[in-house]
Amino acid sequence: MEFTFWDIARNLLTGLEWTLALSLVAFICGGVVGLLVMLARIAPVRWLRILAYSYIELFQGTPLLMQLFIVFFGVALLGTEVSAWLAAAAALTLFTSAFLAEIWRGCVESVSRGQWEASECLAMTRLETLRYVVLPQALRIAVAPTVGFSVQVVKGTAVTSIIGFTELTKTGSMLANATFEPFMVYGLVALGYFALCYPLSRAAYHLERRLNVTA
Amino acid sequence: MSLLNVSALHKYYGENHVLKGVDLSVREGEVVAVIGRSGSGKSTLLRTLNGLETINDGVIEVDGEYVDATRADLRSLRQKVGMVFQQFNLFPHLTAGENVMLAVKVVKKLPHADAERLARQMLDKVGLAEKFDAYPERLSGGQQQRVAIARALAMSPKVLLCDEITSALDPELVNEVLAVVKQLASEGMTLVMVTHEMRFAREVGSKLVFMHHGKVHEVGDPRELFANPQTAEMQQFIGSVD
Repeated sequence: MEFTFWDIARNLLTGLEWTLALSLVAFICGGVVGLLVMLARIAPVRWLRILAYSYIELFQGTPLLMQLFIVFFGVALLGTEVSAWLAAAAALTLFTSAFLAEIWRGCVESVSRGQWEASECLAMTRLETLRYVVLPQALRIAVAPTVGFSVQVVKGTAVTSIIGFTELTKTGSMLANATFEPFMVYGLVALGYFALCYPLSRAAYHLERRLNVTA
Repeated sequence: MSLLNVSALHKYYGENHVLKGVDLSVREGEVVAVIGRSGSGKSTLLRTLNGLETINDGVIEVDGEYVDATRADLRSLRQKVGMVFQQFNLFPHLTAGENVMLAVKVVKKLPHADAERLARQMLDKVGLAEKFDAYPERLSGGQQQRVAIARALAMSPKVLLCDEITSALDPELVNEVLAVVKQLASEGMTLVMVTHEMRFAREVGSKLVFMHHGKVHEVGDPRELFANPQTAEMQQFIGSVD
């Protein structure tokens, strides 16, 4: 069977779409979970803080690949089959949420103590203070590092090729085996990642500069 | 009948005994100036009065609210005790008007239109009616501090605590803030202020409290005390700041 350049490009584009889809799911789910973990991390309740701290340390302190294996093979041990897609999405969500929780905690803590005290003196509760005073300010600070981290998520999706999820890297390795043109194929794969990540990096850079000037 | 009553108040930071049995009573409409060296416990005392600092022993009563080492209903205490800070602590992401309205809406549950009317009224009172839509970064220090006063007043507190509210201001901006405080005093607002403005304490204050080593060392009429301090410590302190 012969592959034209356009056959290769077309298949890689499909892989790229899956990479993009997985990145989005991981980022959105990771964002929601990450927000909850961050709130637990700064909670007044000690055991919640410890729980959140352990969660963050666990997923930041182990390779993404191991997390992926544990989700994929571990759940299978319990007797249920997990699809590669589901395992990939779950593992990346865990990974993303741990990092976002820690990034966002830093942003919340950079809002000055005086803001908390002023809100307290106005008889606002902790949650009201977070909602109306602290989080809106933390959000501005968080935009740039969050967009910057999304680059790591996109690149992180590449490891899911190992459990057989046919995103960009997996598609690339299959095409490389079939065409015997690994250099060209992987070159295109790299270009695909670059096309996704470069705009994000630029956006993070610009947001950082813009938000810093007015902060 | 006093509005605010503190008795045998003790506060430790770890090993450090900061308040060593403070007694203080404040009647309605009184303007209390608290003076003393840094480290004498005056700011800590102020911060215990609205629960920003917990206490280790003693009792604080403000208009029927009761605080001791074991219990405090801070939500209702804080609705009766307003506070203005040295560093203003305005919310930078909100306009002056929104700063004043926020707690009125969130805590007092006033509808937006009523909150806005109240906020305009309060900003007018501190002479900043036209700054309703200005963000804090566009205001001078003195204006920011007046917004902070308006924000505290909007909650209609029984007592207003002022923690060195002119210390972070450029000298030429001090008077506009003191003028507002003076006006509040003349309207009968109960004020407890930690201050370095000795002249202001003498002119506007109705009671002077000299704190020394975590205790109320001298207390009395400001004019009399300044003219005739009873203790060597206070004599020395007045000599060092005048």
